[in-house]
Amino acid sequence: MKRIYVKEEWCLGCRLCEYNCAFANSGMTDMVKALRGKEIHPRIQVETDADGITYAVSCRHCTDPICVKSCIAGAISKKDGVIEIDHSKCVGCLTCVLVCPYGCVVEDEGGAAQKCELCMKNTCGAPACVKGCPNGAIVYEERGEAE
Amino acid sequence: MNFYPEFEVVRNDSRCIRCRVCERQCANEVHWYDADGKVMLSDESKCVNCQRCVTLCPTRALKIVKSDCRLRENANYSDQTIKEIYRQAETGGVLLSSMGNPNPLPVYWDKILINASQVTNPPIDPLREPMETRVFLGKKPEHITRNADGTLNTQLAPQLTLSMPVMFSAMSYGSISYNAHASLARAASALGICYNTGEGGLHEDFYKYGKNTIVQVASGRFGVHKDYLEAGAAIEIKMGQGAKPGIGGHLPGTKAVGDVAKTRMIPEGSDAISPAPHHDIYSIEDLRQLVYSLKEATEYRLPVIVKVAAVHNIAAIASGIARSGADIIAIDGFRGGTGAAPTRIRDNDGIPIEPALAAVDKRLRDEGIRNNVSIVCGGSVRSASDVVKAIALGADACYIATAACLAMGCHLCRSCHTGKCNWGIATQRPDLVKRLNPDIGSQRLINLMDAWRHEIKELMGGMGINSIEALRGNRLMLRGVGLTEKELEILGIAHAGE
Repeated sequence: MKRIYVKEEWCLGCRLCEYNCAFANSGMTDMVKALRGKEIHPRIQVETDADGITYAVSCRHCTDPICVKSCIAGAISKKDGVIEIDHSKCVGCLTCVLVCPYGCVVEDEGGAAQKCELCMKNTCGAPACVKGCPNGAIVYEERGEAE
Repeated sequence: MNFYPEFEVVRNDSRCIRCRVCERQCANEVHWYDADGKVMLSDESKCVNCQRCVTLCPTRALKIVKSDCRLRENANYSDQTIKEIYRQAETGGVLLSSMGNPNPLPVYWDKILINASQVTNPPIDPLREPMETRVFLGKKPEHITRNADGTLNTQLAPQLTLSMPVMFSAMSYGSISYNAHASLARAASALGICYNTGEGGLHEDFYKYGKNTIVQVASGRFGVHKDYLEAGAAIEIKMGQGAKPGIGGHLPGTKAVGDVAKTRMIPEGSDAISPAPHHDIYSIEDLRQLVYSLKEATEYRLPVIVKVAAVHNIAAIASGIARSGADIIAIDGFRGGTGAAPTRIRDNDGIPIEPALAAVDKRLRDEGIRNNVSIVCGGSVRSASDVVKAIALGADACYIATAACLAMGCHLCRSCHTGKCNWGIATQRPDLVKRLNPDIGSQRLINLMDAWRHEIKELMGGMGINSIEALRGNRLMLRGVGLTEKELEILGIAHAGE
């Protein structure tokens, strides 16, 4: 299955991916209207380590996802390899946020859980973070199933 | 003395989403975020107009404009002239500049037009018929010779084979980044052309691209050793550079870090100063000695290029070089780029490449030694039509560097000498170098050359020519517009309408 991979060697830490993600999932057609004056809640987040190395982190779509097992409401499921959240079922307990070893499930602006769904539920067509990365540091490709 | 900044940062606040990408991406620290007022602020005096922020701003909230605050108008003492005097009065220093001469001096390419076939000599459609853009650079035999048994002697002097008549010219590792070199090397390799190491040695990672590498030997001899010479497809002796004829080079110690110093074979942090002359070359005979030393060192396998700046007596100089044993002459015109040069030299020394090229080709033909050497011309070859005009004026191939830098992202802000290139090209700062991903850089270079190759074929087809070699020196295919009798005479072309 195609997944999002990060090449930290080329990540500039510019954080455009975060803004492109927030815009893609805003449901709006204008970035200014979607993001101006608002705190963003992106599903991809740029981490910086002590050496100043930066890399963007988003859902790994684990083969054996602990978030799916942890969900008390049955809101998280795996469909064709993609881990999805059914927001109508989410009760906002945020257990999934606690258990995700990568810190990739986060709280949305309304207090429910959200995570990267590879831009399959919005109008973007392909992951917005990948399309907008100026240095090819985020790629969306088939690399086989790593265990 | 304080001046109003040269550029203004115009931020459309109604579009700014405070993502702070501009702040993170500006190596000159122009932008910052004021948390109290929740606004982006800027210090325009640091801006070099490289447009990195403009390019990356996701909402197009930014633009950089030239300031209209000018000193009192004076056609003799321009704003720039006066400010340069102020700067020198303040510092006592030589002014430094980067990239090619930006002054409005004549660009002869733009005053030369190309012929096309109509009716009697039909054009050729390059999409339907084969077109040859391959060239071989090197000494060509004067006449056919036969072996003792009567068979043809097919032994040729070493040749440099290029899939198209364009090469990436010399930019040293040090003046440009590791990733820029990686991009050039990978692109040259994929395209079947050559790039040039410049005088900075060859990084050990790039020996594998040797078949597409020209290794340079310049006056400082930085990075030159046996393996280096043997690694390349040709060796270039750099006698001069179009942007700064008559002077050497100076890589400041701040850029001679890590692998740059190692590759140059100098102590880390030491200035790499290339002398103005080669201290062992004061005559054509001396040049001949170096040419043959390099040939001897590489067992006569590789062609030797001698690169000179286009200067007043270029035709006579080229004639001497053609007799020195060199296989290829590279001529660099006065608009050629540089990572740093004294402003006065860059803007006032040397001559344009077009008349220099025409004069050299004519002189060598008149003297019957044109086949001794191939001619490569550089110094602002900007497009496929410039290439075609250069070939028709007598060049075998062209060198491009500014166009190659542009393909890699350069925005021609002419601030290379500051070492803070926001595009990851003319810098050694690791955080800036990584901004040029060679996967992207090499692909863009390949795209540019693919586009030029298509255009060269279209232009050739239009003239009814199906081989680039048949165009070389074919000045009947060119006409001048708005040129004086003398200019036309030197270029060896007729005026439009003639």
